[in-house]
Amino acid sequence: MSSDWPLWEVFVRSKGGLSHRHVGSVHAPDAELALAHARDTYTRRLEGVSLWVVPSADIVASNPEQAGELFEPAQSKIYRHPTFYDIPDEVKHI
Amino acid sequence: MPFEPEHRRRYIIHMYTTELQKSAKIENLEDPKLLEAFEARVAADEFIEPKDWMPEAYRRTLTRQISQHAHSEIVGMLPEGNWITRAPSLRRKAILLAKVQDEAGHGLYLYCAAETLGTSREQMIEALHSGKAKYSTIFNYPTLTWADIGAIGWLVDGAAIMNQVPLQRTSYGPYARAMVRVCKEESFHQRQGYEIMIALANGTAEQKRMAQDAFNRWWWPSLMMFGPPDENSPNTAQSMRWRIKRETNDELRQKFVDITVPQADFLSLTVPDPQLKWNEEKGGYDFGEIDWEEFYAVVRGEGPVAKERMKARRDAWQDGAWVREAAAVHEEKRRARKAA
Amino acid sequence: MTQRSPAKAEGKERVGAAVAAFWAPAFAGERLDFRTDYLLRLGDDALVLGQRVGEWCGHGPVLEVDISLANLALDLIGQATLLLGESGDGDKLAFHRDVLDFRNCLLVEQPNGDFAQTIARHLLYTIWQHMLLQRLQQSSDQFLREFAHKAVKEVAYHRELASEWTIRLGDGTEESAQRMADGLEWNWRFIPELFEVDEGLQQAIDAGIAVDPRSFEEEYRAAIAAVLAQAQLEAPADQRPILGGRQGHHSEHLGHLLAVMQFLPRAYSDAKW
Repeated sequence: MSSDWPLWEVFVRSKGGLSHRHVGSVHAPDAELALAHARDTYTRRLEGVSLWVVPSADIVASNPEQAGELFEPAQSKIYRHPTFYDIPDEVKHI
Repeated sequence: MPFEPEHRRRYIIHMYTTELQKSAKIENLEDPKLLEAFEARVAADEFIEPKDWMPEAYRRTLTRQISQHAHSEIVGMLPEGNWITRAPSLRRKAILLAKVQDEAGHGLYLYCAAETLGTSREQMIEALHSGKAKYSTIFNYPTLTWADIGAIGWLVDGAAIMNQVPLQRTSYGPYARAMVRVCKEESFHQRQGYEIMIALANGTAEQKRMAQDAFNRWWWPSLMMFGPPDENSPNTAQSMRWRIKRETNDELRQKFVDITVPQADFLSLTVPDPQLKWNEEKGGYDFGEIDWEEFYAVVRGEGPVAKERMKARRDAWQDGAWVREAAAVHEEKRRARKAA
Repeated sequence: MTQRSPAKAEGKERVGAAVAAFWAPAFAGERLDFRTDYLLRLGDDALVLGQRVGEWCGHGPVLEVDISLANLALDLIGQATLLLGESGDGDKLAFHRDVLDFRNCLLVEQPNGDFAQTIARHLLYTIWQHMLLQRLQQSSDQFLREFAHKAVKEVAYHRELASEWTIRLGDGTEESAQRMADGLEWNWRFIPELFEVDEGLQQAIDAGIAVDPRSFEEEYRAAIAAVLAQAQLEAPADQRPILGGRQGHHSEHLGHLLAVMQFLPRAYSDAKW
């Protein structure tokens, strides 16, 4: 058996109303200790009000080699952005 | 050891990372198109992320640099940890504990950053314990009096900050993000050290003696932390190109001396260098020759307390093996019970 | 797992002549008022345990645990700073008293031993401390009330962590279970002292500032039993209580702890740090 524990990714909500954000990782043998380690490591300076931990092995990531096909097609869809549309200045609240 | 003058041997030396360079020119085997695209991204100050293509030499150099930076944080806990139980007031005890704990945290962030390059923390720790991996030479010096805790915070952390601030913009994303955290947390470390020195410098004759003695012992090793002179640092150019190093050893060293000397004056401490002299023309201090033979000896593992440091780390890891195993076995049992 | 009936603590009538000498207060000079005495008991517990846990820093079984232990130590040193500061000059009290004037319980001064022994000590103390602080929030003393309100959250986490680790080590490998059992065996004899009420404490209880520990002894025994059951561990046998810490009569270990901790302020008594 490996003598170090599996890796967990740590996400912190810095204050109410904000999303959890990835801040780093910890090693831990199980979910409860992963939370304890995340708390002790990543919230020592009042950085958070809520924590998520996820086994790193369970994260599914997109492949950077497919970045072109995945993300570039969105570049031409400028009509999805509000600035694409011309509305006269005198029209308010739109 | 081959009989070769030290300065002609090739070292990869950064603030926290010092190792003989063993790499062949692997880059030549890489796909030139991918390599060119990679170099262009780095030159444009883009970040490289874990799953991105990168040349093997970049991956290896970074793994080495980040893991040795992590080792330095962990070994660096020991000289200061030596004084936690003897800190002279409740306030100092809490500060020192928090600082040494921060170093554990920094080691943890950095190991995790290095792990994204494909080497496990366990492998890195084994490399440290077998003597294969190096760590900053500075931590192979002993902490003899309480003043050493002040001197380390002031000088060693001061030198480290100077090196680490530019690394927040290093090209490898996980490393840069870890360094942002490290720098944010380290900002109190140097100040607490200097505050200790102020108390000693304004204290009794015995305290002043302690302060000067610690300053004498830590000054030169602190200057050595920046690594060998630029002309003997053959990898600087490539590391600068790859944005894993952003200023040269000599530039940083000069900056450190210029900032630190007035701070020593404020404490009425004498810089232990008779050749130290303000040079109006260059707008900085000239200073004496660093004893590079001593530096290379410490790199080789011949530092005054190198054996103690390595023993302490190996003991902690070995004594902790049953704890790590027990928790892992408990989790297996729990899963088995749940599945049944 | 069956719960053994707790040793009945009835005060000094119960103890023999040799033990009575330990039970008699060792303190020098004038007798302290019961409030200061109570503050020192709690403050010395936190200081001595914080010092002990701090010894782990840099030597933990894995980085994450090293960081957790440092957090426990920092909480405890913080509590000691508040409590000793309220009793007088905190640093003078921490660094310039000898063994006979320390009022911590014997449990907290026990050596770290291995990680299991450290966890066993922490479990036995922190569950007691948590139950005490929960009740101390109703103290008639404003400082103690506010202190308890702050510290109870810290200690709730200590309790959680010590329990989690006891369960993992007890129900881990054969080796870890044995070590955990040994750690409990070492520290178990100091439980009765936590529930002793002497004259000074009785006065503080009567005045409404202190908590009567006997009010939660049963709950304490049950809580420990519950953790041990989850950890698949047997509780060690109860034995004749070992007392004296609260009266300044300590184990041999405290003198060594103080020698290290107090060295600098003692060696340079006119210095400021």
